[in-house]
Amino acid sequence: MISIKDLTLSFDSDRGRTIVLKDFHLDIADGEFIAVVGASGVGKSTLLRVIAGLVKPTSGTVTRDNPETPGRRPYALVFQDARLLPWRRVVKNVEFGLEGLGLDKQTRRRRAQGALELVGLSDKADRWPHQLSGGQRQRVAIARALAVDPDLLMMDEPFGALDAITRQGLQDELVDLWQRTGKTILFVTHDIDEAVYLADRVILLAGSPAGVRSTDQIAAPRPRQRDDATARHTANAIRGRLSGTVVDGEGI
Amino acid sequence: MARPRALRLSLSLLGVVLFFAVWEALPRLGLVKSMLLPAPSGIPASFWQEVSSGAWGEAVLQSLRHYVSGLVLGSALGVALGVATGMSRTLEDMTNWIVRLLRPIPGLAWVPFAIIWFGVSPTAANFIIIVGVFWINYFSALSAVQAVDRDLIELANAFGHRSPLARLFKVILPASVQPIMAGLRTGLGQAWMAVVAAELFGVAGLGQRMMQASSLLATDIVVVYMITMALLYGVVDAGFVALRDRLLAWKA
Repeated sequence: MISIKDLTLSFDSDRGRTIVLKDFHLDIADGEFIAVVGASGVGKSTLLRVIAGLVKPTSGTVTRDNPETPGRRPYALVFQDARLLPWRRVVKNVEFGLEGLGLDKQTRRRRAQGALELVGLSDKADRWPHQLSGGQRQRVAIARALAVDPDLLMMDEPFGALDAITRQGLQDELVDLWQRTGKTILFVTHDIDEAVYLADRVILLAGSPAGVRSTDQIAAPRPRQRDDATARHTANAIRGRLSGTVVDGEGI
Repeated sequence: MARPRALRLSLSLLGVVLFFAVWEALPRLGLVKSMLLPAPSGIPASFWQEVSSGAWGEAVLQSLRHYVSGLVLGSALGVALGVATGMSRTLEDMTNWIVRLLRPIPGLAWVPFAIIWFGVSPTAANFIIIVGVFWINYFSALSAVQAVDRDLIELANAFGHRSPLARLFKVILPASVQPIMAGLRTGLGQAWMAVVAAELFGVAGLGQRMMQASSLLATDIVVVYMITMALLYGVVDAGFVALRDRLLAWKA
């Protein structure tokens, strides 16, 4: 389990103190798929960065049950842009997070190839990133995150920049991947339908400073239908709550 | 419409033929004294004479020695300090004013000091070349490092490469290879000019040999060395471009 307790983050600037997150609290069970939704700029991405240790919180803690294990990294991120290193071939991009873990070359290569297999891109291992399509690049980014075998896989609007058809394909692939690997996933999106379709639990982040506005268990059985009635109902309820909390007309 | 290849080739060839024809005609028709402008038809013989006497080979070797050592040292210093300054805010602030003071001084303005400090010696030539290429490489490396996409730095942090050295080798250097290479290439030309300039002041090499020939009004020999400089620079530049294209194979 991963516990996020009383997380608060504020910035000091010329215009005074801005509190981004206040007393954020979340327990994530192993193997759970959680989606965080909210308006743009509410602090969803920041939340992921705090958990990943890229941004130091003003107060609060993130703790894991699992002890540090050699050859793994506790957290891995997938960004909205695939963010591949253009000077590395695909397989070397996937090895990126494995370097510096004390693994030998063969082990790194084996694990990278395993991760590429999971996302169905084994045959693209020797390509350059610019030779791939947008969807393929994002799958490489997912493989790069999976390769380090993280306790928590965090995804920051990973499909937001893709066209609708590619996005739906990757959503289904992600669910499949999650079920096969048993990974714990924290998925940030501003697309409520996407959140409800993918996740076990949907957290609505809202307000300024932002906090948990609501939590919804998504009971719809898997494999899910995109037009599942109860899911649709939940999505509409979240949308309603969201528009109720948005102050200056910034909607979705 | 694009011109056919054959036509373009023959036009280029025609240009070369015309150039040499006019050059040959000027002294032959008595429009210019052949002592002031030697006809190109006489150059191969002079070239051969200079080569077989051993003077040419010796001068080329001496110049190349100045060139390579000054170029390598000046480029290495420039790139290293440029990268370091680009990565360190403190260093940037500290060097800011010094750089602004020293940068506008042309490399050749250091000739008096080079001679006072080192005499008319290979060291003086080296010094002038080093100064000449240092700034080019310093600025190209500095701005290249500062232009590295912040998102890639964040990626390195997210996947555990947080030490300055890891960041340098995993992201910053590979991301700035291209502009640094462009700086190095500009330096190749600049250093060559500095070599000749230093030798014109009497350090043994191509430039000095050329000055001797000119003081004896052996203008054909002067032309021999001008052509030699052009050829040597062409060879070095072509070699560099081949190396660069291998390093930047991922761009293709």
